[in-house]
Amino acid sequence: MEILTADFFQRALTGGLLIGLTAPLIGIFLVLRRLSMIGDTLAHVTIAGVALGFLIEVYPIGVGLVFAVVASFAIEKLRKAYKGYAELSIAVIMAGGVALASLFFTLGMGYNNDVVSYLFGSIYTLDTTDLYVVGAVTIVVVAIISVFFKEMFLLTFEEDAASVSGLPVKLLNLLITVMTALVVSTAIKIVGALLVSALLTIPAACSLLIARSFKTSVIFSVVIAEIAVVAGLMTAGIWNLAPGATIVLLLIAMLILTLIGKKGFSA
Amino acid sequence: MKSETAAPAAYCHDNIIELDGVSFAYKDQQVITDLNLVIKERDFMGVIGSNGAGKTTLLKMMVGLLRPTQGEIRLFGEPIRKFRDWDRIGYVPQKNAFNPLFPATVREVVMSGLYSNKKLFRRVGKADQQKCEEAMEVMRIVDIAGKRIGQLSGGQQQRVFLARALINQPDLLILDEPTVGIDAQTQADFFELIFHMHAHHQMTFLMVSHDIEMIEGYLGKEPRDRCGGIKFYVRHSHDQSCEIPGLQHSLLEDAQVPLASK
Ligand SMILES: [Zn+2]
Ligand SMILES: [Zn+2]
Repeated sequence: MEILTADFFQRALTGGLLIGLTAPLIGIFLVLRRLSMIGDTLAHVTIAGVALGFLIEVYPIGVGLVFAVVASFAIEKLRKAYKGYAELSIAVIMAGGVALASLFFTLGMGYNNDVVSYLFGSIYTLDTTDLYVVGAVTIVVVAIISVFFKEMFLLTFEEDAASVSGLPVKLLNLLITVMTALVVSTAIKIVGALLVSALLTIPAACSLLIARSFKTSVIFSVVIAEIAVVAGLMTAGIWNLAPGATIVLLLIAMLILTLIGKKGFSA
Repeated sequence: MKSETAAPAAYCHDNIIELDGVSFAYKDQQVITDLNLVIKERDFMGVIGSNGAGKTTLLKMMVGLLRPTQGEIRLFGEPIRKFRDWDRIGYVPQKNAFNPLFPATVREVVMSGLYSNKKLFRRVGKADQQKCEEAMEVMRIVDIAGKRIGQLSGGQQQRVFLARALINQPDLLILDEPTVGIDAQTQADFFELIFHMHAHHQMTFLMVSHDIEMIEGYLGKEPRDRCGGIKFYVRHSHDQSCEIPGLQHSLLEDAQVPLASK
């Protein structure tokens, strides 16, 4: 049990709580706009950035973050060029990310342990710098979403109506994509690139089953994510399991329970 | 503002929508060719056309969702690119424009009618909530205010979207196929309501519809303009017998008195 009071665990918990707030906040918009794949794509691109960071010995999450933001702009551009084929632009960027990542890996003489830790997450290795970065991203994301919450609701509910109301639809779309890039690139050290989209989408998937209003579904998804993060970290810490995987499995368990509970209620 | 174009018979009202030589081509296909059209204040314009005739394209151009490949569009006398008074326009989209599983209550949807460019960086206040409650009262949807939009019948959804469009008390109401997928009685009530609003209130209407009978019944058998396969029926009104400002009062009466009795 003494692990729970150790410094590294406290840092992990803080980082996890922050990501547990931002990931579902962004995730609900992505899920409702059927853009869940963007999270996964940006995670792969981030890994390319992280690999490059190791190669040139620059703060890996920083490089990954830059990569993700650039990719998010590219996705928005491609989305316009292939209107109605969002998944096409996403697939192209994803392939580019994976290709670049493996290129950098091989240049860096194969997969080293550090890079692998970004694939599966290594929340226990969060240092103070990481926490500052996660904290800054959290502030930016929460600020933008609280300022534009009602506009983003309308945009997500019905993009045409948002246009006809004179809202800056392009800017809002770009904001959502860039915020996704920020959240994903900071979340990969916590749950790993392969699992990041789970943290974005599963809380939203649960809350959509139970919430009636948009506001409650946002609140529910944050609560669900935080429960999974805290419970997952504790469980993993005590029984010595992989923390990222434990968090994601807990999320899936919660989704299954919600599904069963919902069936039970409606039956 | 160009007033020299096609001198109107007699001036009575300002132009609300003007199209000057508007064309639209999608890839190689010419959808709309050289359309000149004027909708005046207090007009009710019905737009009818077969599928693929370009009705939706036209509507999208008029609200700025698409840019014409040629020509100019003006809203309330302002070139559309400079137009900023979007809260003067109420818009009722096609029924299937939203995801039916979306977690949004009736109240949230009606309220979203207020989120225009002018409301950016502003909080939703008491007065806004009041407007929302009034709009819901008018459309008789207060009792379902807490329900998810996707659970409602087509007719109820339509009233929700109409309430949303009316919340700003717009000068122009644009309706895109408002009665698709709605039973006959609800449709009839709906037309009764908007025809009354046009006949007795200070409002202008633009409606795309496939319901020729309804359109001809109110707007007459002869279209005023044509463009390819699209026909434009117009009726103008000067009567404002519902004099109390705003729409709420009379609609509320409409709501209590069965619509058919008017
Ligand atoms: Zn007149
Ligand atoms: Zn009246």
